[in-house]
Amino acid sequence: MTKFTAFESRLVPFPIDNLDTDQIIPARFLKTISKEGLGDQLFYDWRYDAEGKPKPDFILNTPEAKTAKILLAGDNFGCGSSREHAPWALLQYGFRAVISTSFADIFRGNSLKNSLLPIVVPRDVHAELFKNPNITVKVDLAAQMLTLPDGKTVEFPVDGFSKHCLLEGIDELGYILQQEPAIASFEAAHPAPINTTA
Amino acid sequence: MKPRTIIEKIWDNHIVAERPNAPALLYIDLHLVHEVTSPQAFDGLRARGLKVRRPDLTIATTDHSTPTTPRSFPIVDKVAAAQVARLEASCKEFGIRCFGLSSEQQGIVHVIGPEQGLTQPGMTVVCGDSHTATHGAFGALAFGIGTTEVEHVLATQCLLQNRSKTYEVRVDSALKPGITAKDIILSLISRIGIGGGTGCVFEYSGSAIRALSMEERMTVCNMSIEAGARAGLVAPDDTTYQYVCGRPYAPKGAAWDAAVARWRQLPTDDGAQFDQSIKIDAAALEPMITFGTNPGMGIPITAMVPNPTDITDPLERDSLAKALRYMDLAPGKPLLGHPVDVVFIGSCTNSRISDLRNAAKILKGRKVHAGVRVMVVPGSQQVKAQAQAEGLDQIFRDAGADWREAGCSMCIAMNGDQLQPGEYSVSTSNRNFEGRQGKGGRTFLASPLTAAASAITGVVTDVRTLLP
Repeated sequence: MTKFTAFESRLVPFPIDNLDTDQIIPARFLKTISKEGLGDQLFYDWRYDAEGKPKPDFILNTPEAKTAKILLAGDNFGCGSSREHAPWALLQYGFRAVISTSFADIFRGNSLKNSLLPIVVPRDVHAELFKNPNITVKVDLAAQMLTLPDGKTVEFPVDGFSKHCLLEGIDELGYILQQEPAIASFEAAHPAPINTTA
Repeated sequence: MKPRTIIEKIWDNHIVAERPNAPALLYIDLHLVHEVTSPQAFDGLRARGLKVRRPDLTIATTDHSTPTTPRSFPIVDKVAAAQVARLEASCKEFGIRCFGLSSEQQGIVHVIGPEQGLTQPGMTVVCGDSHTATHGAFGALAFGIGTTEVEHVLATQCLLQNRSKTYEVRVDSALKPGITAKDIILSLISRIGIGGGTGCVFEYSGSAIRALSMEERMTVCNMSIEAGARAGLVAPDDTTYQYVCGRPYAPKGAAWDAAVARWRQLPTDDGAQFDQSIKIDAAALEPMITFGTNPGMGIPITAMVPNPTDITDPLERDSLAKALRYMDLAPGKPLLGHPVDVVFIGSCTNSRISDLRNAAKILKGRKVHAGVRVMVVPGSQQVKAQAQAEGLDQIFRDAGADWREAGCSMCIAMNGDQLQPGEYSVSTSNRNFEGRQGKGGRTFLASPLTAAASAITGVVTDVRTLLP
């Protein structure tokens, strides 16, 4: 994994609560056996017309959005299905962070494992950002800080382990594999309740 | 020792390692795999030259991209066919048992785990599918994971996890006729909202939950994720043990007795504290139905569609208004009597034999309303065989319904079974998100009883008017 570094970007406002992963990437695109090519399918059913042509007024089709790295989303973003294709699609479109008041658990976990940063801000900050979304903000994970154009800063929470993994580019599977002795001793002490291969 | 909830007991029993400033490393007892969320995980193993650590704790099946047309037909969708073939090939390569398309054990992953006796009390169960909470009905800690985590479990049988908060959902008293497990869970979600359980694991308790069969408990636990909770469970009891006993992968003989003795230690201790709780009076419930575009947008079937102007929070108000526009519904009006184009009876929520018996009870000797398309999709080949042995398939066919092969079908609409734009369906599935059952399709979620009643009248119907 690449190391997560500080960056600045415009916001792409998406003022809808409870945006589910079926909207982020519709299920019919999950028949792929690859992780690639999902950026064009992001928000597909909202982004393209019946002929598959991009709707010019949809925010992700605007030139400003195409170069942006931060999605400003509504409450409970990423609810529903566990599909990791949702953060893959967001990343492949170009996003590196999503700002909201809350995230669904599975989506948040999937995002962190792919270096897409879910940023939780307080309700009043969230409402202020939506009032004037045409701004550029700085995301500094090391400091857990958003910096707004007027210099105002907003702290955001991240669990220490995820932060460390993102900043150092640590792959979690490698970390788990290092704990082989503990896994083996757990298995020795706990006989398996089933055997599917029998 | 401090009194603990069942959630904490199962968690504590599965800790492999706890390091400072890191999530716990949790051991996984059962890993369920299906074709959609696993191919990239198997590729990850290949790229690193890793094996599957415990194929004996892993089981695979095809369900999501899988057609429900007769099995003798080829899979027309080449992309889906390639995905199904890839799962079978990966299972062969890594030594995993796969209940594939030609297997008598094939079915929806959350139907076959319990059916085969693989799902047992006290286990940790994961699957790359958010409805894994279904297995919580057995007093297992069962939750959905992403594809990266599927790879972690395949490689190490472990996951890095942070402890969830505990949330007691206590449902007391008795359900009235025509009210089902589905109505309990739809009512809970409508009360606390689809983010209400975020960060939590539910324990469903109380006399109404105790009175539910295992299949009904599965329906309740299945939709925990629709309230935002990654998992939801019911402490095991004699109902649980009777269900598990004698199933193919259940312990036998002395091992069975030892297992039951262990399982009896699982229920929440007296005096254990939950982080949150809610009480629901089962006797006060009505049949529930959703009107909007998330499972929290549900009402008792005799109630009116809510009005966005009654909501003060602007984003919340806009979300409701947007949902009503998508559904083309007027606020303040009843859903009862609203025309229906399609009825779907199936999915990991409601495709088990008791669900089909409930639907058949209403459809028997009646005819589906002209112009309504009714699909009945059993959850597994075993459910299908049982239903046919009982003659339920004939009841469905005689009524004018379509009797299909097992799979997820129109719940997720990946396999060709889908709504056309603008169509309304009453569905026994779990999600009514925009386009979930087909682009432009509109879903009313309800119980199998409500679905069957609406199939007969052609409009959203209160099943209590059709009960014998």
